[in-house]
Amino acid sequence: MPGLGISFGRGGATTFQQDLANADCIVIMGSNMAECHPVGFQWVMEARERGATLIHVDPRFTRTSAMADTYVPLRAGSDIAFLGGLIHYLLENERYFHDYVVHYTNAPAILREDFQDTEDLDGLFSGYDPETGKYGPHTWQYEGMDGVVPAAGHKEVFSEPGAGGHGKVRGKHITEVPRDKTLQHPRCVFQVLKRHYARYTPDVVSRICGVPKELFLKVAKTLCDNSGRERTSAFCYAVGWTQHSVGVQYIRAAAIVQLLLGNIGRPGGGIMALRGHASIQGSSDIPTLYNLLPGYIPMPHAPDAQRLAQYIHNNESASGWWSQFPKYIVSLLKAYYGDAATKKNEWGFHWIPKLTGDHSHMSTVANMADGQVKGYFVMGENPVVGSMNGALQRKGLQKLEWLVVSDLTLTETAEFWRSAPEVLRGDVRPQDIQTEVFFIPAAAHTEKEGTFTNTQRLLQWHHKAVEAPGEARSDLSFLYELGRRLKKLYADSREEKDRAIQALTWDYPTKGPREEPEAEAVLREINGCTVADGKPVSGFTELKDDGSTACGCWLYSGCYADGVNQPARRKPGREQTWVASEWGWAWPANRRLLYNRASADLEGRPWSERKKYVWWDAQRGRWTGEDVPDFIADRPPSYRADKGDRGLDVISGDDPFLMQADGKGWLFAPSGMMDGPLPTHYEPLESPVPNFLYGQQCNPARHEWRRKDNPMHRAWGDPRYPYVVTTYRLTEHHTAGGMSRWLSWLSELQPELFVEVSPELAEEAELENGGWCTVYTARGEIECRVLVTERMRPLRLGGRRVHQVGLPYHWGYTGRVHGDSTNDLIGFTADPNVSIQESKAFTCNLLPGRRSHDRRAAFGWEPWPLPPGVVEVPRDLEGVGPPEQPPQDKE
Amino acid sequence: MGLFALFSRWPLLRQLRNKDSTALGETAMSARSEKLAPRTVQADKVVRSICPYCAVGCGQKVYVKDGRILDIEGDEDSPISRGRLCPKGAASFQLVTGTHRVTDVLYRRPRAMQWERIPLHKALDMIAERVKQARDSTWESHDDKGRTLNRTLGIAHLGGATLDNEENYLIKKLFTGGLGIVQVENQARI
Repeated sequence: MPGLGISFGRGGATTFQQDLANADCIVIMGSNMAECHPVGFQWVMEARERGATLIHVDPRFTRTSAMADTYVPLRAGSDIAFLGGLIHYLLENERYFHDYVVHYTNAPAILREDFQDTEDLDGLFSGYDPETGKYGPHTWQYEGMDGVVPAAGHKEVFSEPGAGGHGKVRGKHITEVPRDKTLQHPRCVFQVLKRHYARYTPDVVSRICGVPKELFLKVAKTLCDNSGRERTSAFCYAVGWTQHSVGVQYIRAAAIVQLLLGNIGRPGGGIMALRGHASIQGSSDIPTLYNLLPGYIPMPHAPDAQRLAQYIHNNESASGWWSQFPKYIVSLLKAYYGDAATKKNEWGFHWIPKLTGDHSHMSTVANMADGQVKGYFVMGENPVVGSMNGALQRKGLQKLEWLVVSDLTLTETAEFWRSAPEVLRGDVRPQDIQTEVFFIPAAAHTEKEGTFTNTQRLLQWHHKAVEAPGEARSDLSFLYELGRRLKKLYADSREEKDRAIQALTWDYPTKGPREEPEAEAVLREINGCTVADGKPVSGFTELKDDGSTACGCWLYSGCYADGVNQPARRKPGREQTWVASEWGWAWPANRRLLYNRASADLEGRPWSERKKYVWWDAQRGRWTGEDVPDFIADRPPSYRADKGDRGLDVISGDDPFLMQADGKGWLFAPSGMMDGPLPTHYEPLESPVPNFLYGQQCNPARHEWRRKDNPMHRAWGDPRYPYVVTTYRLTEHHTAGGMSRWLSWLSELQPELFVEVSPELAEEAELENGGWCTVYTARGEIECRVLVTERMRPLRLGGRRVHQVGLPYHWGYTGRVHGDSTNDLIGFTADPNVSIQESKAFTCNLLPGRRSHDRRAAFGWEPWPLPPGVVEVPRDLEGVGPPEQPPQDKE
Repeated sequence: MGLFALFSRWPLLRQLRNKDSTALGETAMSARSEKLAPRTVQADKVVRSICPYCAVGCGQKVYVKDGRILDIEGDEDSPISRGRLCPKGAASFQLVTGTHRVTDVLYRRPRAMQWERIPLHKALDMIAERVKQARDSTWESHDDKGRTLNRTLGIAHLGGATLDNEENYLIKKLFTGGLGIVQVENQARI
């Protein structure tokens, strides 16, 4: 979510699904919304009925395309070129929303003299360190600034030497950043942006994406015609954008388009991030992610967070909302450690474990395969089907001492030791696998209570309908019981390392015949309270940094305001305005449409009557409107910060993005991104073509796992793997299948894995509709049925034809319906910002017929060598790229 | 039954008489179907819930009778879903009541060829002991430069994104805040 977080300040969809109905144009890209979010898609259809234009850009023609006014086929992995083309178009033709851009974005900010763009360095920005393969953001700063603390993303880079700050809180001079409101200064963000995208012309877009020039121009024109004072356009995306080695920059590119068009913070505008799980937004907000604490508070890194003061210094901003950081971290520590957290012991800060690098899922699995992990908890997950390189995941599980799987049924992960392909084939014998496995039956959503946070940041409480069957229990109950036992086991310890578990507050009230913990008590802790009397706080503005408040997640503070379970509110939609503020509760502070100060002009008046949403009520001296204003409620539009101002005083009346250090939407990201301040077109790690724009082929800061059990193809044009492949979901299944492949109703509708190919490719590869096909990569091979369809079409890139194939990924080796796992084909590679893998664009080959060998690199198969006369080509310019890694595979 | 009565029950005639152009109303009914009622009317309570599949967040009504779920339907009060459910949401009745549900705690010994049943409390004891053992034997208090780490890389966690916020909160609190496990990960990354 840093793509949205860095651009606007918060890592969540800027709008809500119902608001899509107000759009005049909707661009869906990187998502097949009609099939993957069918019920949400009704709001897109509603917009269409009101006259909106729908554009779908996707490698595959889907039901979303069928409903669109314009369908644009493009090459998987080329979206930044397309979006960059849009940016180029609206800058060149002066179609941007001038007043919005000048006042609400950082377009006028002037950058340092030593900043160098990818246009200057053939695909690199300044600040690249060839030793580490990482960027330092020092040269990306605003002129005269001592470092801008980003509202999201990687803040730890600031603690590095030379990153500014010099022992003081950073961002003190934000009000003094030189700005050129005429946008003419050669080093202002606006001009830098113009130069950066100068070569992303319609011809180049066509050449890289395979999109006919006229079609591209039609999209650009439609989008511009439907943006401005009177009209707004929205973007919808899903994991078709995130799962790339440069995925976060895809979203950044859309953010730039929407900021330039003035579509953020306004009804019918925004960027709708479509998440794929009931509470995937929630599991980032209250993260089970290695690098975050609740509320996007970064986990401390060992080198620069030995003391609380140092840690706070590295995360606190002198200006903007993150000036409040100390209140949030201290209140969190009070929630965790209760009375044991005192000022003297820095509120127990040293008990929080420290990071030393990337500890994300793929790194963990690689370490697991190398025998460095003893125990693994998998709760409601099925990584051997749902994660890339499934065979390597299984290899990891085999090396564990113990594995705990909590799920509704016996997933492939629970049964890896007896029915995995390599076991059935005889490569691995169950009696040689020493892993102990515990299966804990989980309670279903109807058997427990709690909140899900949906795709629009909305918390909705689900009530318990019945008791869970047999020994099935909620994960809440399991964790509570496990925690109680561990506290007991460590109760008598005198070791310093055991102080944290001893201090951890764990006294949740229980109820019911099984004495299960009350979820509402946990929600109360998340909301926060005043320590002295335990009274719930009404919101995060009441939190303190003196230990007098405790709060489990500042961002969710207010969800239990007045002692009321706010997410359980269910006033029927038809009895409310269309914003429906009394249904559930949205973070932050029940705001449904974020940055909505931007729906009004400089003076606080709606930009137009048609797009009225939040405005300044001069008589009452307050912001008011359809929604909770996303601004300091009584700060007039005319307010201007003074030179010496700090904290929230820096937010001027025309700073709608109040989470940001400068209150502006970031066209250019002076910090927070690991792979550059502006989105740049790089090819996927496996591509059919060289990078048309730069010598640098791939994202220079990407993560790679160079291992024998994770082989990669030639960077481009690998004759062994000539076709582009992209993966996707079906309406009738849910991710790795744990909640769908066991149900007869759903399995009957989609019983079998298939590959979608165009008639042209079917002819070339001698595939027959309904027949068998083997799809293979260097990682492994799978078999599936062939679906020959015109929905897939070959693309023309310059003179050459590129074929793409599509593969759903829901099947595995257990369940009511079985099939090979598509994710066995995918390698470990990742975006450097979020460590998400590249599963939406890679290369493969196809053979008619069933697989003959069932080979997998993780279990010893070596891919064939390149044919004679064909040599490897580099992914990077000389001296660039991920550093050489020590061989990790000990076999 | 007289001939006239029989004739007047002819569906086409009824459809014309009732001006029911779609034939979805009364004219489509037989004597049997007129008496049918949805099983949801038997429910002794209706519990409000949320669909557990994708992130649209559709409202669900769970119909319960005698402690058993009769049916799950869309909640027309929801301003987001307005009563609708997709194929997955509509199948959630089978998800929660289907025969695929495993309701015993299962244990697979090292090198064993099959599962065996064990009681939940025993499994919890065993898991707690293993956590302690793995944690204690892989504890890193400092790195080689003497900097505090206070952590273990010997245990890892992967959680689904269909867990409740309250559950995720306890995972992070217990594993990271209490036990020093840093490799706590989620579907959101995948």
